[in-house]
Amino acid sequence: MSKIGVFVCHCGENISSTVDCAKVAEAAGKYDGVTFSVAYKYMCSDPGQTIIKNAIAEKGLTGVVVASCSPRMHEPTFRKACAEAGLNPYMCEMANLREHCSWVHEKGEETTQKAIDLVRVLVEKIKYNHSLNPIKVPVTKTALVIGGGIAGIQASLDIANTGHKVILIEKDPSIGGHMSQLSETFPTLDCSQCILTPRMVEVAQHPNITLYTYAGLESLEGFIGNFKAKIRKKSKSIDEKICTGCGLCITKCPNKKIPSEFNEGLGNRTAIYVPFPQAVPNKPVIDRIHCTYYTKGKCRICEKVCPTQAIRFDQEDQIVEAEIGAIVIATGFTVKQPDFFPEYGYGKYPDVITGLQFERLASASGPTLGEIRRPSDGKIPQKIVFVACAGSRDQAKGIPYCSKICCMYIAKHAMLYQHKVHSGKSYVFYMDIRAGGKMYEEFVRRAIEDDGVNYIRGRISRIYEKNGKLIVNGADTLLNAMPVEIEADMVVLATAGVANEGAEELAQKLHVSYDPYHFFAEAHPKLKPVETNTAGIFLAGACQAPRDIPESVAMASGASAKVAGLFSQDELTREPLIAVVNRQPAPVYSSCVGCFLCISACPYQAIEKEELRNRNGDLIRSVAKVNPGLCQGCGTCVAFCRTKSIDIQGYTHEQVYSEVMALFNEF
Amino acid sequence: MTLGFYPGCSLKGSSREYAESVVAVAKAFDIEIKEINDWNCCGATAAHNLNRELSLALPARILSLAEKQGLNEIVVPCAACYSRLTVTKFELAKDPELRKKIVAANGLEYSGTAEVLNIIQMLNKYVTTKLEGRVVKPFDHKVACYYGCLLVRPHAILKFDREEDPQLMDELMLKAGATPVDWAFKTECCGAGLSVSRTSSVGRLSGKIIRDAVDRGAEAMIVACPMCHSNLDMRRGAINSFLGEKISIPVLYVTQVIGLAVGLNFKTLGLQRHFVNVTV
Repeated sequence: MSKIGVFVCHCGENISSTVDCAKVAEAAGKYDGVTFSVAYKYMCSDPGQTIIKNAIAEKGLTGVVVASCSPRMHEPTFRKACAEAGLNPYMCEMANLREHCSWVHEKGEETTQKAIDLVRVLVEKIKYNHSLNPIKVPVTKTALVIGGGIAGIQASLDIANTGHKVILIEKDPSIGGHMSQLSETFPTLDCSQCILTPRMVEVAQHPNITLYTYAGLESLEGFIGNFKAKIRKKSKSIDEKICTGCGLCITKCPNKKIPSEFNEGLGNRTAIYVPFPQAVPNKPVIDRIHCTYYTKGKCRICEKVCPTQAIRFDQEDQIVEAEIGAIVIATGFTVKQPDFFPEYGYGKYPDVITGLQFERLASASGPTLGEIRRPSDGKIPQKIVFVACAGSRDQAKGIPYCSKICCMYIAKHAMLYQHKVHSGKSYVFYMDIRAGGKMYEEFVRRAIEDDGVNYIRGRISRIYEKNGKLIVNGADTLLNAMPVEIEADMVVLATAGVANEGAEELAQKLHVSYDPYHFFAEAHPKLKPVETNTAGIFLAGACQAPRDIPESVAMASGASAKVAGLFSQDELTREPLIAVVNRQPAPVYSSCVGCFLCISACPYQAIEKEELRNRNGDLIRSVAKVNPGLCQGCGTCVAFCRTKSIDIQGYTHEQVYSEVMALFNEF
Repeated sequence: MTLGFYPGCSLKGSSREYAESVVAVAKAFDIEIKEINDWNCCGATAAHNLNRELSLALPARILSLAEKQGLNEIVVPCAACYSRLTVTKFELAKDPELRKKIVAANGLEYSGTAEVLNIIQMLNKYVTTKLEGRVVKPFDHKVACYYGCLLVRPHAILKFDREEDPQLMDELMLKAGATPVDWAFKTECCGAGLSVSRTSSVGRLSGKIIRDAVDRGAEAMIVACPMCHSNLDMRRGAINSFLGEKISIPVLYVTQVIGLAVGLNFKTLGLQRHFVNVTV
């Protein structure tokens, strides 16, 4: 005979404001098999858990039903409490009175009745629960970091420094990401390259880090601690082992007019190239889309001039397979590109540029060697307008969120411009100045007060060209929306930060969720900011939302701590909620008839054939067997099994039927 | 091929030539234009500033009448009327409660099935493809296509052309033999209803529009809205005094250009009615 305890939680007012919790406890107390029932304000608190533990000890409970929030929230909490009181944790079940009842219904009799029904279902189920023991699986102590920007670099170094192996993959020919494109960084104005490039070198030289540039994730299988990744190393068309990085091929390449991605189209590169002189690795790749040999079948000049014969035109992509224990996604972001702002003439007027392009103009490694010269004629602009929120915070553009970094980098841009062009005038059109962060507000004030940047609160309606000037029309909303017209020489748009193209494809490959803007979704916005909903996969940097450098680095270190924590154990415990093919005493052995439909149905290749043999070693027959290390408990095989020989532990046929029947039977 | 026709007040009064050219072009392309019986005012700017329900009930009545006459598509040449009819359709589709209320007020059935086309959409759908073989007198001029404020906005509801930098009229003009200029004031405000109350503001706003069009070498301005037309054409005095210069660029309706290109008569298209002379 079961001795079940029912513990109804008010969840503060979350449940009790619409559900009569005392009545639920009273009703539950009358069910067969229930020997104890009680309602309490916060069941998850220490006194609440003590009520459960004491009841288990005093009443000798064999099962516990906690009627509170979603099991996603507190199932581990209550199972742990039960275990501490000596009850098998899988003898504890949760009825979700909050998300499934109180939050979605009005206060009333019917709502309380639904709560009572939800409890009854679990009471009937738990009568068929069995003690289960967690499954132990080994952990592969190698991390995969996807993306070699500052977040990926930081994560790789942090994990590698705890003594674990890291594979870092980067889609571009060099690591460094957007940070390597930046000039100076706010709020200290230290040079981006000076603080980044040493870290890039460290990555390349670290004994624990394997770096694959020009590479991407092909596919991923498995689960936490036991992933199998296939990495596609795109052909670089050179033999990296032989290439010395002398650069002769680059100087001789006749195809010199390809817009440089690193310089955001403001400079050119060759078809065989390294993205920038400080690249890591500093060995060239051939861009096959632009290379004359690949497009026209002739040229091969690089091959002729290479002193070490390192050019490999026939090199193919390579697939590397790796066993991985944890993954950090650090794929970053991109900014909105031309054609998105017809009202600002972007793409039509060469002197209307993005913030990222301005970074290249202001950078010592940029196309103008750090002099602010406008793209159209190379003249030094005497008047610059900076437009904040270009696309961001704009419902009509489909980007209602704040891109977060722009207020700060605009202040920095205007400041750098004023420092470099003393006679120049700069204007910033803004909606609000969002400078929350250590030394951030002070930095913006410095731009306004010390460097004389003109901040105008209002938006720009249109930019057009007239007599060689860019006419910027806007309004000053602090002066009763007075129209403002500025004849500028150059305009910089702080274009919205958006998710990378293909982010959702990657998310699907990794089985992690993403938000409506295609940024990867964290598991909890406050308490699990670097975790994803998939165990063993973590997030760092701007792939989760627009982030600045300090935040990206902090996230990366946070994700690394999670990975290190995971790798500190030799074995992982997994929930035993997996499929099991039944075994019975001889002469039946199993109700499985060996049709093996389940093998073809299983998405995780977790089912194999087992040969049943007698003591003499003679084969009796073959039946299905589930590998507990691989099974994810999805239940597909259960649905396929023609003889009902497979059950999911914790969700057996018996348990589910008893739940359903509880709803139909009168009590 | 029959199209419902909602002229609205302007096309019966100050913009008769717009109506004349729409009907003439339609006829030239074998489209029968059938005016909606017993139509009423669309409410224009006045109604939606005073009473939201009234501003929806008026256009809803027009749409109901069209449905009643079995007109599945209505061409609405005035941009303000077009905006009101389209917004009403959108609002009523979104809110069933509101729709019930409006239907009760009008006492007419409303299913929201009548398709509302502005003049650009109508030409694009029924004329553009046939235009090529029909052009006998290419409109060989540089033109500035002026879309105005209401034809393309709000984008969330209309979605019929590129937001902030529309292209369809330019493409149409290209087909009629004209050369559209790339200019900056395609969707700027002409001053609209301030025409009467603050004519000097119209002079300033429309003046800037005309200035840019002329500076970029346009020989004619092409419009698809009676309000834009009257401000750029009838208020040329105020414009000229703002610009301090006498500017004689003519303002033509898009249908007048198409009409000329396919060889229709000057007067059939009402071209003699403009304040700024059109010389062909």
